Amino acid sequence: MTRFVLRRLLLVVPSLFGLLVLTFIMLRVLPNDPSAALAGENATPAQIAAIRKAYGFDEPIWKQFLIYLRQVAQADLGNSTNTGRPVSSDIARRLPATIELTFFALAFATIVGIPLGTLAAVWHNSAFDHIMRIVTVGGLAIAAFWFAIILQLVFAMDLEWLPLRGRLAVGTPEPARITGFFLVDSLLTGRLDLFWAALQHILMPALTLSLGGLASIARFTRAGVLDTLQKDFVGYAEAAGYRRSRIIWVYVLRNSVVAATTQIGLLFGALISSAVAVEAIFDWPGIGSYAVNAILTSDYKAILAVTLVVGVIYAIVNILVDITHALLDPRVAETL
Amino acid sequence: MLILKKFLRDVPAVLGFVIIVAVILVALVAPPLASVESVYDGNLMERLKPPSAEHWFGTDNLGRDIFARVMVGSQGALAVALAVVVIAIAIGVPAGLYAGYTSGWGSELVMRVTDVFLSVPQLILALAVAQLIGKGLESAMLALALTYWPFFCRTVFAETRRVRNTLFVDALEGIGASRWRILLVHVLPNVASPVIVRATIGMGFTILTTAVLGFLGIGATPPSPDWGLAISESREYLPDSWWAVTFPGLAILVTVLGFNLFGDGLRDLVDPRLRRSR
Repeated sequence: MTRFVLRRLLLVVPSLFGLLVLTFIMLRVLPNDPSAALAGENATPAQIAAIRKAYGFDEPIWKQFLIYLRQVAQADLGNSTNTGRPVSSDIARRLPATIELTFFALAFATIVGIPLGTLAAVWHNSAFDHIMRIVTVGGLAIAAFWFAIILQLVFAMDLEWLPLRGRLAVGTPEPARITGFFLVDSLLTGRLDLFWAALQHILMPALTLSLGGLASIARFTRAGVLDTLQKDFVGYAEAAGYRRSRIIWVYVLRNSVVAATTQIGLLFGALISSAVAVEAIFDWPGIGSYAVNAILTSDYKAILAVTLVVGVIYAIVNILVDITHALLDPRVAETL
Repeated sequence: MLILKKFLRDVPAVLGFVIIVAVILVALVAPPLASVESVYDGNLMERLKPPSAEHWFGTDNLGRDIFARVMVGSQGALAVALAVVVIAIAIGVPAGLYAGYTSGWGSELVMRVTDVFLSVPQLILALAVAQLIGKGLESAMLALALTYWPFFCRTVFAETRRVRNTLFVDALEGIGASRWRILLVHVLPNVASPVIVRATIGMGFTILTTAVLGFLGIGATPPSPDWGLAISESREYLPDSWWAVTFPGLAILVTVLGFNLFGDGLRDLVDPRLRRSR
């Protein structure tokens, strides 16, 4: 198992290096004058000259790449032209909000998606199954940003059940920062009122975000369960007189969801992508809304830093998924 | 004809096909029929009117007819998605054929580059690329195509590798067929069906992503009747003018649903291993 983990970690090195090369090319090589691009739209010639010197743009390209590597290693990604603060500290401050949101959405998608997929498989070709198929294909076809606005329209503006935007109401002091996740921090500090407020705020964005994931998880679970139901051991268990519900929810499900876990890594990419628009709509102070602001204000360094950070998180998530997969199914560990 | 019969029995896939045909017809017919006033100029006396017999989907903040705009908007949505998918195929398929058929450092290089592109979620990468090449619909299109080809490359690579190891390719090499001949005449038709399936689903996916870019303000620019842009323009008139946001979103939903349902049905036809129900 240790060998598997180490090999899996090694596999990620080339693609992370490639990611560095890619962002380097986008940042330094493609723009006509990278110094001007980095300095922003309203920079003075003196500022541009300072940047040219600091980044070594008068040096040969390989040397520039080494400078870039050193900067990334030191988490020195430059200052945002938008906020004036270092990009790395902006991202570090906003990352917990995005992780909390995506994790909540993924958990919801899994908890709801797996039972729905299982039921669709057990009752396959029934009316329930057909409705589920339309719902799951529809879930993947809905534009998350539009769905978010419709939810706001109905539950915040019309019914006034849920808050319209933000992580907490404006003016509410944030819980003491321990993990950066409001739901966790408020519980750790015993502030149930804040927990309740944070929960109300996260509900709509998380529901929006979970939609696509829920549809995928339900579909993969359905396919997996249908496959497993054909296996000999199911017939054996039936013959041995096990209750049908026990066979399905324990033995069949355990043998089916293993393959579905690998999909969660892929889903995470889709989640982060939808998070960009969803965060912008709900004013959720994460890296998605940060990226949107960066784009609207041509904040070059910020957008490339987000690309880099998301790439790294994506790699970490996929490693964790593969390790989980190997723990659940030891045969996987043999293949690497 | 067996395959057609099989397809016709798949009701959701047929529904998808019907939707696609309907959207294509609307995209061809609507632009010449719609008046410039109702789509672009508007009539401020008629602004933010709810749906009625005269304006089926109501009017927006400039008094433009939303039904006309949604219908005309289908043309842009289809054209952009088609362009993106065609460019992505034009890059991804040759790259995948090359990497799959040859082995060596060239093939390795192509696949590693593919890996790098796939190691960042497509939308994030497209945002960065769009930022780099400037705002506007053309650059958004290019950004989406430049980040979408790796999906085709992966698919074609896997299929080509599979076909390369079959006996008939060995035999062709044995009788001295040229590499071009083998690739174009014998390998390409074998990889075509997964590419077509991916392209169909990719059309829906790209319409969604383009709408997101339009919504975020880096795709189509006003006064374009782009669906994503329309949703973002009408957002500030909520909750009173709900129709201005609702209908463009429904148009996206129906169109993408059509491509997804059809793509799903196609996949079942060409790849029985992935069949949904047995």
